Amino acid sequence: MAITVKAVERPKRTFATEIYLVEVWKGLALTFRHLFVNLFRHTMTALRIGGYKAGAVTIQYPDDPAVLGKRARTRHRLLKRDDGAPRCTACLLCETICPAKCIRITAENAPDPKIEKRAKTFDIDLGMCVFCGYCVEACPVDAIHMDANQVELSSYDRQAMIWSMPELLGDAGKGLPKT
Amino acid sequence: MNPALPMTDLLFTAAKVAFAVFGVGLNIAGLLGWVERKQSAVMQDRIGANRASIFGIKILGLFHPIADAIKMLTKEDFVPKGATKGLHALAPMISLGCAMFCLAALPYGGVIEHGGRLWDLQPIALPMGVPLVLATLAFGVHGIVMAGYASGSNYGLLGALRGAAQMIAYEVCLASSLAGILFVYGTLDFSEAVLWQARHGVWGIVVQPLAFILFLTAGAAVTKRTPFDLPEGESEIVGYHVEYSGMKFGMFLMTDFFESIVICGIITALFLGGWTIPFLELNTMGILGGVLMVHSFVGKMLLLLFLLMQIRWTLPRFRFDQLLDLGWKNVLPLSLINFLVTAWVVYLWR
Repeated sequence: MAITVKAVERPKRTFATEIYLVEVWKGLALTFRHLFVNLFRHTMTALRIGGYKAGAVTIQYPDDPAVLGKRARTRHRLLKRDDGAPRCTACLLCETICPAKCIRITAENAPDPKIEKRAKTFDIDLGMCVFCGYCVEACPVDAIHMDANQVELSSYDRQAMIWSMPELLGDAGKGLPKT
Repeated sequence: MNPALPMTDLLFTAAKVAFAVFGVGLNIAGLLGWVERKQSAVMQDRIGANRASIFGIKILGLFHPIADAIKMLTKEDFVPKGATKGLHALAPMISLGCAMFCLAALPYGGVIEHGGRLWDLQPIALPMGVPLVLATLAFGVHGIVMAGYASGSNYGLLGALRGAAQMIAYEVCLASSLAGILFVYGTLDFSEAVLWQARHGVWGIVVQPLAFILFLTAGAAVTKRTPFDLPEGESEIVGYHVEYSGMKFGMFLMTDFFESIVICGIITALFLGGWTIPFLELNTMGILGGVLMVHSFVGKMLLLLFLLMQIRWTLPRFRFDQLLDLGWKNVLPLSLINFLVTAWVVYLWR
């Protein structure tokens, strides 16, 4: 395919734009409108009169809960089969594809002869994880999801950033230090 | 009429100056720090700083200027190794001092009669008020150049040079845009100008609308705030105060606010009728008249500050060549034409 050039036409500089004043006034009209509309909405909210939108789009996060998108990639979660055993077959695909190298799996023989292996340990170092979601994409048995909807994961201790298999499965609670 | 005692006069003048500089200046400048945050926040659909609290009371973040002041005062006053110490310390004082002096020469009120004598409410009443204020305002640039030079930093020096070029460009426009209206008033005295407007029952903005716009533009440039914040240019060079910290930096910050107040004060006095209120004879109303005069003047000033603040948060920064073009090629010729036309009209009128 040949390279095509799209000529972008420069905006015409008319007399009105040259003397600034008209354009400045247009800009001021916009900001003044926002100012007064928002002031009105703030006042209505303060007076507890309903029916008006909020004056600001700010989410005051630590006071109000964080708003996560439907497809937000949050903390990992390991899934279980119907019988309660972890779905993970220790194929190491997630460990291989992980660009941050934050997954460590050790495998062992599974008691079920139809399943070749299972994970003995499955650690994710969330201090290194870049939340790319490749592990979820790579998993052939749908064993790992990133939908725990938990984003407050910070810790004062690097060791505490490593989540083990029971914690990821939800069998054991992670003792996150309270801030 | 009793001959006024010199001591009373002196005390009254001191009280007036203290009111102008501390009552009006520092309070409004402190408040402007809050207005700056809140106004920009509201017009950008945000909330703005609202966290500083005293015993859990927040009242819309009004404590933030106090928190700012405490932070500035307790911060380390750092002087870099290559700096010229004396000049480095002197620069912010010159900047702030000049702006403060200008505040004391504004006409907050006219002459009222009380207790058998006349009281002039203008702190420093001089027949040369307007050029004095303009000259002092222009003198403030020495502080900036000194700060940039004494910092021993290239960025500081760049900011200072930009500041100097900008000041030269806009001080000329500042004075020349006022030439026309002062020609109409036939005086260089602020209170005389206000009285002229009161006598003719018309505000200067109606007589000289072009001069008002030109002066507002040049005035906004003199305050060194966006869109004319080339000397500071926070995002490119930090500017002349790059090597300053603590209260010395705070003084530069205050200078911008003080200069805004001064510019708004000059506009109020010369274009918006000063302390007059239409249809009210304030001179004959005694103490009440005096209070109303000061309130009227400060109120008009605050409205103008509101407008300047809105402009500051609406327009992006000019490029340096655009800035000088606007000053030398547009505002200056227009103000000179304005002056010439005014001179002819006044000549033919008489």
